[in-house]
Amino acid sequence: MTNDQERPAADSAVDTRPLPPRDRRVAGPSPAPETIEECIAVRDLNLYYGDKKALAGVNLSVGKNRVTAFIGPSGCGKSTLLRCFNRMNDLIEGVRIEGRIELHGRNIFDQSVDVAALRRKVGMVFQKPNPFPKSIFENVAYGLRIQGVKQRRILNRVVEKALRGAALWDEVKDRLHENALGLSGGQQQRLVIARAIAIEPEILLLDEPASALDPISTLKIEELIYELKEQYTIVIVTHNMQQAARVSDFTAFMYLGELVEFGRTKTLFTTPRNRRTEDYITGRYG
Amino acid sequence: MHGPRQNWMQSGAPWIWLTAGAVSVSLLIVFGLLGLIIWNGLGHFWPAPVAAFASDRGATQVLGQITGEETVPRHILTDAGEPVPEGMMLVRRYLVKSGNRELQGADFAWYVEPAMGPISFPADAVVLEREDWGNFYGYLVAIKEQGVTLAADAALWPELTARLARRHELRDRVRSIERDAIGAINYALEQLRLDRRTLELAGNAGAAELEAITVRERALEQRYATQAAELATLRQELARDALVIRTAAGAEVELPLTKIVRAYRPNAMGLFAKLGHYAGKVHEFILDDPREANTEGGIFPAIFGTVLLVIVMSIFVTPLGIIAAVYLREYARQNLLTRLVRIAVNNLAGVPSIVYGVFGLGFFVYFLGGSIDQLFYAERLPIPTFGTPGMLWSSLTLALLTVPVVIVATEEGLTRVPRAIREGSLALGATQAETLLRTVLPMATPAMITGLILAVARAAGEVAPLMMVGVVKLAPALPLDGNPPFLHLDRKFMHLGFHIYDVGFQSPNVEAARPLVYATALLLVLVIVTLNLAAIALRQRLRKAYSAADT
Repeated sequence: MTNDQERPAADSAVDTRPLPPRDRRVAGPSPAPETIEECIAVRDLNLYYGDKKALAGVNLSVGKNRVTAFIGPSGCGKSTLLRCFNRMNDLIEGVRIEGRIELHGRNIFDQSVDVAALRRKVGMVFQKPNPFPKSIFENVAYGLRIQGVKQRRILNRVVEKALRGAALWDEVKDRLHENALGLSGGQQQRLVIARAIAIEPEILLLDEPASALDPISTLKIEELIYELKEQYTIVIVTHNMQQAARVSDFTAFMYLGELVEFGRTKTLFTTPRNRRTEDYITGRYG
Repeated sequence: MHGPRQNWMQSGAPWIWLTAGAVSVSLLIVFGLLGLIIWNGLGHFWPAPVAAFASDRGATQVLGQITGEETVPRHILTDAGEPVPEGMMLVRRYLVKSGNRELQGADFAWYVEPAMGPISFPADAVVLEREDWGNFYGYLVAIKEQGVTLAADAALWPELTARLARRHELRDRVRSIERDAIGAINYALEQLRLDRRTLELAGNAGAAELEAITVRERALEQRYATQAAELATLRQELARDALVIRTAAGAEVELPLTKIVRAYRPNAMGLFAKLGHYAGKVHEFILDDPREANTEGGIFPAIFGTVLLVIVMSIFVTPLGIIAAVYLREYARQNLLTRLVRIAVNNLAGVPSIVYGVFGLGFFVYFLGGSIDQLFYAERLPIPTFGTPGMLWSSLTLALLTVPVVIVATEEGLTRVPRAIREGSLALGATQAETLLRTVLPMATPAMITGLILAVARAAGEVAPLMMVGVVKLAPALPLDGNPPFLHLDRKFMHLGFHIYDVGFQSPNVEAARPLVYATALLLVLVIVTLNLAAIALRQRLRKAYSAADT
């Protein structure tokens, strides 16, 4: 196929071809003027479900302590790309991946990478809240318990910190030991975020975190993302273009498995360089 | 054209009626079955009145309990040589339990109504339940102590009750000495014999070691002698009293009191006395050992054997089934092979149980058990220890029989754990094994217990395979007792299901056994229901804790 070579040429202005990381910092058009440390670099990523190509020649750079949003119509591969970052696609049978994703310069698909350790560094929040059928406390403490932490004092401290970090502490502090399934959808989603940040990852992957929530809960999650940016590198997949515009610093528009355009959110939404991007954000399809 | 009938057909109402009818029929069958078992099983223990009447037109006097009646066409009786008056097409006849087997040869007899005189219920008719020879019916005449007749007066009945209580107390002491004290001595002696045999087999028997064994044997024999002496005194005490009973025919019979288990006068009993008697009989049925080829007494060893069998089987089958299901569902790649394995497992559940019995006998008993005996119990040979049917092999055979059920149910439970939960755990840096142990398996426990419930229900009702691998008509000792190692899985055992078969079909005394078949069936149902309810209660509690698994 020709996507890899042809597309950037067609899109003229955007150059997402792989560059050595150091060069990219200065030469790359998107994460530009003020120096942004590169956190994740995607290089020529192709992904196949069996014979079907789901991602085609994706090149991308995620900046540290920035919010990067993936937008695009359903089935465009944005969730698939996100799930590559913590190798969640390993669980799906028949998936084949070509290319590299580098986390601080190291390919995460390398044989020697400990997947569990990678996932501790790259936390993930899913589309539908998926708390475990355990108490609120045990949900947040889960990651620590996996790591063998048993001291009650440490657990208490970390759980409180994580719940405060996810803006949930005040709502649940009196019922930490009740079943998490008794929380509302929005609370459950913040609980899941608390669960993810309790193990202090570097990067948070949010897969349409607000799509199953009501507007007020959505607002809370967005505010939370804004606060979390201080400490975490965030990659968010969203259907909602207003949301991407509100919360993200950089936006990637994907279409049919290709990365069509990637740039500063403000630029991309005001002066898209690609026609397909423009069509999508003006609502002509999607 | 739409008549009312077409409208009715189109409304779907016939379909509702049909389906509801099927449910009703099923319910009717289930409740009818339970009702029949309960009625016949529970009625057996009620003290029926003792009827006295003359039969054969006054030629014989009969005293006994009427246990059944039926109306038969006359030719059945005339064919049997029974004289029936002219003009009667249907004749009523009664089944009477008149006991006194040593005098009459049979406890039960049919009596034809036309030949019977008027029936009376004399208040002083006595029923004696005995340790052997079945019931005795008659009138109490006198009580003898050491062969000397006590002054016969109005206090005869209270006197009998008091002496019977003394007899029970002595009898209990005899039994406790026989079973516990002497049983333990015999067990220790047997162990010493085996120790000596082991030394001999090893070929390096030191004189000192053999001497030590002999010394201990002597000490045990001495203890045995003291116990035996005490037994002899108790037996003498027991033999002190005797009863003189007059039968319906007028003969006076002397019966030793030591053989009498229970004496009562049903015609003189009030409602509360009857209720008390009933409770006593039920108590005996549930908690005592059987007597008289299982047609009298209790069925405690069978209840105990059934429950223990099911528990031991659960201990074997649960881990095995769950681990197999976890591999099949969580680790194995889903391809043609796993599908074939799954089909095979499902079909294994349909193999007739007797086939498992044959396999258990050939593989477990003869091969495994025989090898174990060769290796570890050589000193006991040629008497087999594990190379013979027993509790262990029965529970393993049943475990094999029920493992498909547990696998299928567990797999279903694992499938129902949402993908999102697994991904949530993995995304937090848990490995697949940690995810399984901490999240997936706990959420699948209700399904595992469902599997266990099904397994228990199937296993507790199985009889056919057990007949080959361990169940017996009468087990001399329970598989659990006070001698170390306490749990003797090599022993044979009794089982409620087999007990029903044995009492119902192998008993020499069909009429006496029939109510016991119902009562035992009722108990079997109760035992299974209790086991299931316990498991269901456990599942309910787990469901509350892991409610997401079922949504």
